[in-house]
Amino acid sequence: MENLIALLVAAPLLGAAVLLCGGRALDRAGHWLGTLLAAASFVIAVVLFTDMLGKGAEERTLSQHLFSWIPVEGFQADVAFQLDQLSMTFVLLISGVGTLIHVYSIGYMEHDERRRRFFGYLNLFLAAMLLLVLADNYLLLYVGWEGVGLASYLLIGFWQHKPSAATAAKKAFLVNRVGDVGLSIAIMLMFTTFGTFAFGPVLEATGQTSEGKLTAIGLMLLLAACGKSAQVPLQSWLGDAMEGPTPVSALIHAATMVTAGVYLIVRSGAIFNGAPDAQLVVTIVGAVTLLFGAIVGCAKDDIKKALAGSTMSQIGYMILAAGLGPIGYVFAIMHLVTHGFFKAGLFLGAGSVMHGMNDEVDMRKYGGLRKYMPVTFVTFGLGYLAIIGFPGLSGFFSKDKIIEAAFAKGGTEGWLLGSVALLGAAITAYYMTRVMIMTFFGDKRWQPDADGHAPHPHESPKSMTIPMIVLAFGSVFAGGFFSIGDRFMHWLEPVTRHDHGNSPLSAATVTGATMVVLVIGVALAYVQYGRRPVPVTAPRGSLLTRAARRDLLQDDFNHVVLVRGGEHLTRSLVYVDHSLVDGVVNGTAASMGGLSGRLRKLQNGYARSYAVSMFGGAAVLIAATLLMRAV
Amino acid sequence: MSFPLLTATAALPAVGAIVTAAVPAARRTAAKWLALLVSLATLALAVTVLVRFDPDGDRYQLTESRAWIADFGVRYELGVDGIGVALIGLTALLIPFIILAGWHDADPSPSSQLRSSRGGPNETKAPYKWRPTQGFFALILAVEAMVIISFEATDVFLFYIFFEAMLIPMYFLIGGFGDRAHAGSDENASAQRSYAAVKFLLYNLVGGLIMLAAVIGLYVVAGNFSLQEIAEARANGTLDMATNTERLLFLGFFFAFAVKAPLWPLHTWLPNAMGEATAPVAVLITAVVDKVGTFAMLRFCLGLFPEASKWATPVILVLALISIIYGALLAVGQRDIKRLVAYASISHFGFIILGIFVMTSQGQSGATLYMVNHGISTAALMLVAGFLISRRGSRLIADYGGVQKVAPVLAGTFLIGGLATLSLPGLAPFVSEFLVLVGAFARYPVVGIIATVGIVLAALYTLVLYQRTMTGPVKPEVSAMPDLRVRELVVVAPLIALLIGLGVYPKPLTELVNPAVEHTMSDVQKKDPQPEVEAAK
Amino acid sequence: MNPVNYLYLAALLFAIGATGVLIRRNAIVVFMCIELMLNACNLAFVAFSRMHGNLDGQIIAFFTMVVAAAEVVVGLAIIVSLFRSRHSASVDDASLMKL
Repeated sequence: MENLIALLVAAPLLGAAVLLCGGRALDRAGHWLGTLLAAASFVIAVVLFTDMLGKGAEERTLSQHLFSWIPVEGFQADVAFQLDQLSMTFVLLISGVGTLIHVYSIGYMEHDERRRRFFGYLNLFLAAMLLLVLADNYLLLYVGWEGVGLASYLLIGFWQHKPSAATAAKKAFLVNRVGDVGLSIAIMLMFTTFGTFAFGPVLEATGQTSEGKLTAIGLMLLLAACGKSAQVPLQSWLGDAMEGPTPVSALIHAATMVTAGVYLIVRSGAIFNGAPDAQLVVTIVGAVTLLFGAIVGCAKDDIKKALAGSTMSQIGYMILAAGLGPIGYVFAIMHLVTHGFFKAGLFLGAGSVMHGMNDEVDMRKYGGLRKYMPVTFVTFGLGYLAIIGFPGLSGFFSKDKIIEAAFAKGGTEGWLLGSVALLGAAITAYYMTRVMIMTFFGDKRWQPDADGHAPHPHESPKSMTIPMIVLAFGSVFAGGFFSIGDRFMHWLEPVTRHDHGNSPLSAATVTGATMVVLVIGVALAYVQYGRRPVPVTAPRGSLLTRAARRDLLQDDFNHVVLVRGGEHLTRSLVYVDHSLVDGVVNGTAASMGGLSGRLRKLQNGYARSYAVSMFGGAAVLIAATLLMRAV
Repeated sequence: MSFPLLTATAALPAVGAIVTAAVPAARRTAAKWLALLVSLATLALAVTVLVRFDPDGDRYQLTESRAWIADFGVRYELGVDGIGVALIGLTALLIPFIILAGWHDADPSPSSQLRSSRGGPNETKAPYKWRPTQGFFALILAVEAMVIISFEATDVFLFYIFFEAMLIPMYFLIGGFGDRAHAGSDENASAQRSYAAVKFLLYNLVGGLIMLAAVIGLYVVAGNFSLQEIAEARANGTLDMATNTERLLFLGFFFAFAVKAPLWPLHTWLPNAMGEATAPVAVLITAVVDKVGTFAMLRFCLGLFPEASKWATPVILVLALISIIYGALLAVGQRDIKRLVAYASISHFGFIILGIFVMTSQGQSGATLYMVNHGISTAALMLVAGFLISRRGSRLIADYGGVQKVAPVLAGTFLIGGLATLSLPGLAPFVSEFLVLVGAFARYPVVGIIATVGIVLAALYTLVLYQRTMTGPVKPEVSAMPDLRVRELVVVAPLIALLIGLGVYPKPLTELVNPAVEHTMSDVQKKDPQPEVEAAK
Repeated sequence: MNPVNYLYLAALLFAIGATGVLIRRNAIVVFMCIELMLNACNLAFVAFSRMHGNLDGQIIAFFTMVVAAAEVVVGLAIIVSLFRSRHSASVDDASLMKL
């Protein structure tokens, strides 16, 4: 059975290789090949899953050793896979949602002449992401980690002729690189501390080192997670990443890649459990981001950017839960999975809307679309209900549990984190209702695009709606399915362990409070956007709104401090290199030249002056000889 | 005595160079094919060396030894260890690609043909005596021969001779065959070219002269030039060097290698040389010739002067760190594609030198792998850049834009070359860079952390370069740009395959290098730092 | 007579000759002054020979005469050809030997 694990990665990798190296001949069938291989990966995952279910809870871990990767004295890195319940969860999510989005893309990218390449990139992404979650050591995980970064770079910048897309792609890669520095240093720390960076030995040996070391490793891992999962302070790339085609936003920047940071933290649970300080920082980052993303989401008029803010905020929830330790690991992953369903569904819905609206993204120019796109409306609506935590739907179960767990942390921290999580739930309800109303309800505010084509909204083709419907099913039922009988908890417990904590509030109280803030959020949005007509041009708005529209000024900060500062630094260094470092050498050469030019003047051609110097020299020599004699 | 394989490997390109130079003026194409065949035959010999070499055998293998200048104890001594084998392989591998990439670089330029056709009956009658094509390829082969013998020499004097002699063909390659894509006028271009060539020569000559003094000093102290004998005598304690003598000799050697490598602040010749030379020659400089410098640091500095090497380590590490960060920052600020690659190389050489002098197994294995991988990745990036530049006739980044749309294969290979330069995991340079970083971190955590920052800067300059040249709206000047031709694809595809192959499965290379690294580690008598958990047991 | 007096004379002659070489411009006079210096040396050699009681100094004096004769031949030829081309025998006029 374990020999199948490599196939999970190999199938999409093969697809990527064939599609990217193959010539134009593959243009007509390339997308089918890509989809087929993604589906093959999913089928293998299901086979492995059923096999795993047939075993006892403690015997479910499979491992496969392929070959020794970098054998160097004292340094052992292998290409080896480990499939346990945590990896399995991710594998199913990645290959499942991945396959759906491949299907969706067949329709969405139909008119793009570079569709074959798009599918090649998508397959590359799947391979890298599966490698990330299947690796049995941190260095191989790093390969997947950068691999998804590369795929993300290629896909964000897929429409490279648009400068904004190219810039966004570059930005995403660079910000992620900052996070990668964290991952590199964490691996190096593990190497110097434990002598290895394979999951098993490292996570077992955490007890044998100091808390300081663990905290350092934990913080470095957090830095990596911040980059990949768009957490404050490395969140700035996610909004811009929406320049990519919408299926990409759904797959990479909502359902899978951006959750890799959560995976990293949960996987490294043993390290964080031994480093409470690092855990505290993780919860703080999660809490800050969940508010940050939510606030940004409230102000954006671009439907994809609003959803991106929402993604940031929801991942903030997951990071917060992961930072709570064994109380929260399971819920972090559960929210991750349900979020994968409903957020992917929402993005696909947004893509479907854009598809019908001449690629218009401004929600102020939508309105009243529910009649024209019934399937999109219903699936999007179900996703909406799931994300705001409507009772019975997926988000209700997973988010509620995180809020509970936050309170269960105990002490002042618990109260603070719990309140932030509650506040976040209110804002979530607000901005999602806003998106919903602005897009599907109210008046038609459609406007012709730049070429003067008036939009003719229409329902999308089957290849696009079917994935949306499937994802909507997941959005509705996944949470309930996981929670009944605590199925998900029992499934993951052998890997992540679980601790109930002792909540100062009963579960019912928390649920009640969540419902109250939910209603408040929805009501506020309804009053603001449902009762009044939405202006087509955005009003100036309050100071906070304006700041939130600009991603709470973080880009401006980056621009002024990093970009400008960096430009000045490099420019002055170029100057220094030319005039100082090079100048010293050139100066030496020039002064040599000057000196010889002056010495040359002595050679004036007058025989008598030569004679003088001869006599002088002879006199000096004789005087010197005599003096030496005398002494 | 068995067949002198090492001599043959070096002699074949040398003979090839002479024969190529002698090809009649009219048979330009024949000269090209001849050079290519000779380089391929050399590659075959290098592969034979690789096969015959037993990683777990003696330290130096395939040794040859003959008396040469008996009065001074100079011997013709050759021998290779794993590091030498790897670098000979790299050199022999890259030269055919360099020749193939520079296929048309030394054709008589259209302007000179124009001049001769305009020149009236007298000039048209005179045959075209100057044979640039033959010269170009002969010089490349000559460099190959000298580089290979430098990697093989185990006699300090023998090494010195070829280390210096290499400058002569390189000087002519840089000064005589410039990049035709030049912003200024012809006169301006040739002035800058000769400036670059003279600068290259002067820097390396100064380094070489200081080394010569140290070589003579070594002879005075040790009485012979044999690397093995001196190292053995030092290890046995039969050859005692005063601390100061050892340090001075070390500095003399190191200075020459640091110029060649190049290490900050001795680096300024490289951007000029790489900018003005044609792209294949630029590859020859940075991927092949400069490697002799870092190789010699490993073999001669650490092998002959272990104590002095340890003494100088702090300063060298600081200089290497400066190289890494400084080179990367300057690369960000460049407007010229080739100069950008040159500064990136300076940053990478910082990594190599860092890996050598942190004196851990990981660092030194990493540094050796880095030499090989950097050779391949820079070759890929620089050669594609050369193809790009030859199409548009400009080296300025600002003159490009949207190439991806018109020439996707070219853009794709350029991107892979760039990703290799930024050490993307999965490609070969990642393995070596990570080993260097880990090796540095294990002994000096702060150094490791600072060097790690370099990976962000590497991403910055690579992606900015890619974005400005390849993406965005198609500029009118590039709209008719043809995609890669078959010859160019033949050059690039194997390099990219190697980058991926060695990134996924570097084991053959590490197994080749590991024993040699262990020997070096025992030379300097250093042990790897123990992991904390194991140390506690 | 005290042979030291010959040395004084030789020194005097040498000084006169040297001064002449330095201050006179006419090539012929400079040449004659050089001869004067050479002969001053000869005188000193002969005097030393006498003082030390061996013949080395006298032999060197003969050598000097032979060399001086050869030098006069070459030197005068140069001066004559210089005069022919420049119509002047001044050494300052012939300052071509500079960069």
